[in-house]
Amino acid sequence: MEKTHILSILVENEAGVLARVSGLFSARGFNIDSICVAKTLEKNESKMIITTSGDTQILEQITKQLNRLINVIKVQELTDEDSVVRQTVLIKVNADETTKSDIVRIKDIFSGRIIDVSRNSYTLEVTGSERKIESLIDILRPLGIKDIVMTGIVAIQRARKLN
Amino acid sequence: MKPNNERNMMTGSKIIIESLIKEGVDTIFGYPGGAVMNIYDELLNYADKINHVLVRHEQGAAHAADGYARASGKVGVVLVTSGPGATNTITGIATAYMDSIPIVILTGQVPTNLIGNDAFQEADTVGITRPCTKHNYLVKDVKNLARTIKEAFYIASTGRPGPVLIDIPKDITSSVCEFDYPEGIELRSYNPTYFGHHVQISKVVKELLNAKRPLLYIGGGVIISNAAAELKELAELFDLPVTSTLMGLGGFPAEHSLFFGMLGMHGTYAANMAISNADFIIAIGARFDDRVTGKVEEFARNAKFAHIDIDPSSIGKNVKIEIPVVGDVKAVLNSLLEMLSTKSKEISSTQYDRLKWLEDINIWKYEHPLSYEMNDVIKPQYVIEKIYELTEGSAIISTEVGQNQMWAAQFYKFNNPRTFLTSGGLGTMGYGFPAAIGAQIACPEKTVFDIAGDGSIQMNIQELATAVQYNLPVKIAIINNNFLGMIRQWQELFYKKRYSFSEMNVNPDFVKLAEAYGAVGLRATKPNEVEDVIKKALSIKKPVIMDFVVAKEESVYPMVAPGAPITGMLLV
Ligand SMILES: Cc1ncc(C[n+]2csc(CCOP(=O)(O)OP(=O)(O)O)c2C)c(N)n1
Ligand SMILES: [Mg+2]
Repeated sequence: MEKTHILSILVENEAGVLARVSGLFSARGFNIDSICVAKTLEKNESKMIITTSGDTQILEQITKQLNRLINVIKVQELTDEDSVVRQTVLIKVNADETTKSDIVRIKDIFSGRIIDVSRNSYTLEVTGSERKIESLIDILRPLGIKDIVMTGIVAIQRARKLN
Repeated sequence: MKPNNERNMMTGSKIIIESLIKEGVDTIFGYPGGAVMNIYDELLNYADKINHVLVRHEQGAAHAADGYARASGKVGVVLVTSGPGATNTITGIATAYMDSIPIVILTGQVPTNLIGNDAFQEADTVGITRPCTKHNYLVKDVKNLARTIKEAFYIASTGRPGPVLIDIPKDITSSVCEFDYPEGIELRSYNPTYFGHHVQISKVVKELLNAKRPLLYIGGGVIISNAAAELKELAELFDLPVTSTLMGLGGFPAEHSLFFGMLGMHGTYAANMAISNADFIIAIGARFDDRVTGKVEEFARNAKFAHIDIDPSSIGKNVKIEIPVVGDVKAVLNSLLEMLSTKSKEISSTQYDRLKWLEDINIWKYEHPLSYEMNDVIKPQYVIEKIYELTEGSAIISTEVGQNQMWAAQFYKFNNPRTFLTSGGLGTMGYGFPAAIGAQIACPEKTVFDIAGDGSIQMNIQELATAVQYNLPVKIAIINNNFLGMIRQWQELFYKKRYSFSEMNVNPDFVKLAEAYGAVGLRATKPNEVEDVIKKALSIKKPVIMDFVVAKEESVYPMVAPGAPITGMLLV
């Protein structure tokens, strides 16, 4: 069954490592839905969070292939249940006298912030789960979205709960 | 830090050569150019330690290093210039990659400050070779040079081996730094698993003892891991029948009574029937290639599988595996033998079933052996049989690609590992001859044959000059059917004999061609001339081309149509 998977990939921070990882996906016809790369606290390491879709057998192949890359230190699949998954969106939306208060209310509901204001637009910053971001977009769409940018998904494993 | 005069200061060029020597390298296959002039200049100082073989095309260098590695088990080394020098090696690198062959390729690069400027003879070599190397490097600082070379050899030769490329900008080869070759190596993210998991291996033992129709399906991993002796012991211990992929040939003695030949598209009837009827199959260093499985949904449907492989990504890729065992073939077979040594085959309740099973396979073998018909034209199969006979099975055989390759696999009996060199994964025409050159250099005392097609041999024929220059008595047996024979065969079978561009309307006179290069050319046009030509070639200590003018429209059988189940064999 096609399903979205989140892979957390710890890599050595070397030139070309992003190309190696993304090349591996493209060479095998695997699609990358989103990708996020940044350094970690360790000097020579980076963490990539990649979301991809496919059945579990494809995922297993991807994981093994990733492990085969010399610069890949660790590959882990994160699931919705055992990890916190977030995405940030910046949305510039039309705003006039009749809609401004609505936008502010929506922003509050979604625990977002207004980060830029002009005579006829507001820019919102909202962080949340993918689903939350989707519903934000749905709600704002009728007002007229002028521009939108999203980060890839970031995810972290939850600490183990005490019994 | 020590003062400069006490430190071992060297140019990058010298560091490269000293590092190679530390790795035990005594042979380099290469071709000079602007970006590697410094290295070449330094090479002259090492003429007593390093034998540099000047090829005639960089593709030849890569294949020769590959043939050297396959025949010797050592890492093959290539040295070429930037841009076109590097791009010319790509086919050779991809060939080695597909067949897991350890080679290290040193490519020159434009000076660091020009990288990315579309400088003269600049190519993004690391970018181009990323998908066809096990790993690659661009050295940006001379201080990293020695360590990079150390890592490259380590990565190329361990785990599942493969080509590793090091791209070296010209300024690095003239920069000076201290030479201090690292002793050990620590790669945090690269730790191949050598020893199989005990629990998994004991599951194999259990299945094996209960199996009624067991089978060993072996691949190139047996040869790479030098596990032929362990494999033989295992097979003999329990009378296990063995079938091999193209890459595994030589991993088990072809003349052994437990050997039933190659399986797959051009496999024997017995091998394909055996794998289709087995109830427990141990795949050993094989990777379930589509040329082996045929229609994968119907491949070995009645069997449970154990799969021993050092590369976890090979396991369960195409076929569901009940017992995966990740590890080096030799190490795993040793553990398996150890566990089995406490059991004897008498304990096994299925002893009688096993005897019956062997009988069944032998019946298949006698019902449909590999065969061909003789008449007054030379049959390709006959040439190969004669080569086998007259070399007493002790030659190293490389092949090109096509019918010549399949007939070599079917009719030469490979009894020893590292004696059959063929491009299995990529199927590279033009591989065989330069690979034979590399093998001859690795094994000077052996007879080396390239079994060639009239099409393929023209893809790297320029290396005849190399063979002549270095006095390499490589024997080229051209199975000359005046066709791209394998293409013609497919057109005959699947395209209603529409021979679209598969006939070699013009071929050179191969005898004259050999002579033009200063080699020897011989020709046989009738069956009774074959033996004399081979004998004569064997007596000449020079490169020899044998032009065997064979039946034009002979086909390789058995054949499984692509995508069909492997039980659906077209027989002769
Ligand atoms: C570099 C390359 N180009 C094309 C092919 C496709 N191909 C496979 S077999 C073959 C025919 C080979 O002809 P020849 O060398 O005469 O061998 P024969 O089959 O006649 O023995 C071709 C063109 C290939 N394998 N490699
Ligand atoms: Mg031909």
